[in-house]
Amino acid sequence: MARYDIEVNGRRQRVDAESDSPLLYVLRDQLALQGPKFGCGLGQCGACTVHVDGRAMRSCQIPVSTLGARQVTTLEGLGNTARPSTLQQAFIDEQAVQCGYCINGMMMQAADLLERTPKPTVAQIREALAVNLCRCGTHKRIVRAVQRASGQPVTA
Amino acid sequence: MTIMNQDNGPADASPVGGTITGPDRASVDRGRRAFLARGAATTGVLIVGFQFSGCASVPAAPSLAPPKAVAKDLVESFVAIGADGNVTVHVGKVDLGTGTRTALAQMAADELDVAFERVTMVMGDTATTPDQWLTGANLTISQGGSELRRACATARQALVERASGRLGVPAGELGTADGAVFVRSEPSRRLAYAALVAGQPLELKVDPKAPLKKSADYRVVGRSIRRVDIPAKVTGEFVYMHDFRLPGMLHARVLRPDAIGAPLLAVDDSQARQVAGFVTTVRKGNFLAVVASTEWGAIKAMRALSAQWGPAAALPDQATVFDHWRSRPLAKQEVTQTVGDAESVLAGASRRVKARYDFAVQTHASLGPSCAVADYQDGRLTVWSASQATHSLLDELAPIVGVPKDRIRIVYLDGAGCYGRNGHEDASADAALIATAIGRPVRVQWMREDETARSPKSPPRSMDLEAALDEQGNVIAWRGDFWIALNHIVAFKPLDFPLLAAGETGLPRPGNWVGFLFQNSGIGYALPNVKVNTRHVEQAFFRSAHLRSPGRIENSFANESFIDELAFAARADPAEFRLRHLKDPRGIAVLRKAIERAGWTPRVGINPAARDQASARGRGVAYLRYNNATTYVAAVAEVVVDRRSGEIRVERVCVAHDCGQLINPDGTANQVEGGVIQTVGRTLIEQVRWDRTRVLSTDWSSYPILRHDQAPKVEVDLIDRPGEPSWGAGEPTACAIPAAIANAVFDATGARLREIPFTPERVLAAMPKSA
Repeated sequence: MARYDIEVNGRRQRVDAESDSPLLYVLRDQLALQGPKFGCGLGQCGACTVHVDGRAMRSCQIPVSTLGARQVTTLEGLGNTARPSTLQQAFIDEQAVQCGYCINGMMMQAADLLERTPKPTVAQIREALAVNLCRCGTHKRIVRAVQRASGQPVTA
Repeated sequence: MTIMNQDNGPADASPVGGTITGPDRASVDRGRRAFLARGAATTGVLIVGFQFSGCASVPAAPSLAPPKAVAKDLVESFVAIGADGNVTVHVGKVDLGTGTRTALAQMAADELDVAFERVTMVMGDTATTPDQWLTGANLTISQGGSELRRACATARQALVERASGRLGVPAGELGTADGAVFVRSEPSRRLAYAALVAGQPLELKVDPKAPLKKSADYRVVGRSIRRVDIPAKVTGEFVYMHDFRLPGMLHARVLRPDAIGAPLLAVDDSQARQVAGFVTTVRKGNFLAVVASTEWGAIKAMRALSAQWGPAAALPDQATVFDHWRSRPLAKQEVTQTVGDAESVLAGASRRVKARYDFAVQTHASLGPSCAVADYQDGRLTVWSASQATHSLLDELAPIVGVPKDRIRIVYLDGAGCYGRNGHEDASADAALIATAIGRPVRVQWMREDETARSPKSPPRSMDLEAALDEQGNVIAWRGDFWIALNHIVAFKPLDFPLLAAGETGLPRPGNWVGFLFQNSGIGYALPNVKVNTRHVEQAFFRSAHLRSPGRIENSFANESFIDELAFAARADPAEFRLRHLKDPRGIAVLRKAIERAGWTPRVGINPAARDQASARGRGVAYLRYNNATTYVAAVAEVVVDRRSGEIRVERVCVAHDCGQLINPDGTANQVEGGVIQTVGRTLIEQVRWDRTRVLSTDWSSYPILRHDQAPKVEVDLIDRPGEPSWGAGEPTACAIPAAIANAVFDATGARLREIPFTPERVLAAMPKSA
């Protein structure tokens, strides 16, 4: 067990963890940030996606000891039910959820996309989100939500 | 989405707000204080040491409601009106991510005449909700909702009678609205429900004849009210099963052999004991688990366990699995449809068509590996579970843990979508077994390979169809023969389902719980001579369970592909051919709507425009009525087939859907869209792989599902039928998709695909030689 000071959602947090513990378990079990979900532990599904220094990354693949001073943002860092972010509100408006287990990853991946490509085409949205899996088949609504969040007409 | 309202003009699609159920923030804070207070006194197991910046970093303590009436014939089992006028609705059905929490609340709010915002739902808690059978089979709205509606109507009737006594006004002169009874001639004279139940809660039998509201009077039903769970799900505040924590809770992982059923010969946990946070190893028979104080510790300890497993029963050769399936011993045969004399007409017919169809073994592949938490204290076991069947799971768990059923409580929490019996029930049994062994609260989450490889599978399916055509190309005889897995049920419960923890601890459970696989084996067209037979295979070679639209999806793939083959043989347009043999006006309506939306132009034979095209474009249609008794659905798929690679791309799917009176149009559309997209993947990609000893599909690369860049455009038309019974929307659409795609590929290329999934190799093999 070692002690790490990590920066999550704009706050410094001290955690005790095994050096090889994936960031995912530190976030979920120690910091009660349960937006990121365990889906595969293999970096294949995207359910655990967080932002590290602004880029979407798989928190199941990042040992906490390698994080250093890099800044972590989770779904909770985007907004909350009282004050949802534009992206979160767009997912609500499009009712772009079925079971919702994938939706953390979809939103964090989409937020990364919109940061770099503020007005993505449908093809760009699909390509960017193709690395995230959804089992319920909510794909159409998710694409619509990202379109809406980007301020573009919803066409998907 | 378009909604066509057949009676009352366009349905109101205006969204309104709702309430969020589940553990709220206040209870989390209460739990946190309780945990902090208790923390110093607990057993020294390290949970955390991180109170750094005041971040909420502690588990939520559950605030379990006290047990209450749950008998299905009592109103109070379903409905409680509080002193504040808020209504708590208790249902045994659960929300599997399909929006039923919202839809059932709409039905209750309307039948009670209370504002939707005043309704809070409690779902699937065995101590507080009535047993309404499992959540599945497309029955949550039609059966679960009807039972709830009748209880609410009884409650409303009782409230009116009470008000009549207090106001001295005959009940017939009273109305109800917005949580109050009022005098129709003098609406300001009113008594709030809260006042009517103060000191005298509603305790009475459900009146099966209590008058239900007329559809014209619905205020909440029929509106696209926004789902109450979504805001918390998109902000990380929703407490999924996987997020639930108990004070002092430990983490466990179960180690299982690659070969399901293999005996555990020896265990060496000396390496696991070196892992930080290791607490104990739990072994009972062939059941082996490791417990640690942290989740990562449990995973590392599981990986450090050294276990020796013996051999298990050999699996059949996958290359010939459908022939193998047909050769396995049968438990019984049942004729599911007989019209006229198909055998003799076939025997005397000059134009006969035959085909065989096979449908692969697939799996639920839930995005979140199954999870459960269990706590065993003072001889009582509480299990938090995402099971779709919490009530019958009591019966399944009791003998495994050796705790009487009446001392077990199962509390439902939403999990990852399951689409049938996935690993939720297994994980619940795992957690229950470990908790009873160690006497400490414990959380078990399966790993990815557990969920993909070791969860129950849909059984294989093989089907023969034969038909005769007359000179005009009409179908004059139809014969079907379906090899389906036997559904082992006792009193409609999966009592002999082989939960892993049962078999591993020595409880013989030989059964399958696969659903009613005969459904939709019968053909939904008006044909003069029909005979359909089902052969029930006694034992499947995998643990088998129902997967979205069990039976109906496989049977409809065969029936709706074969009717297309007959249309081709009869030189008829496939849509026109179906309409010619269809007499049900609602069936005709969905079929016409789907082809209209798709811009279907009638034509005979293979798409001439696709000839010689490297990327061949085609369209295909499929139609069915779910169980040949409820929801109507028609789908048109448009595909592009790469002739060189054999790859199919489904570009667009148009669905017309009639499930009777719509409860929540947008929620219905969400389910229809999901049914399309999920099933495109199942049709093109999905099949469980195995060798002679083990399942080889263990993760998302060995069991891929459809991705965003492969998803089709989906267009949905909902046909609303106010006043007609409301049926389910979760399952029917999926049944139409495989045949619609198969028929579109044939239209594009002349390649007739008769085995799911439609891999590029199979497409190339099926290509006409001249093409």
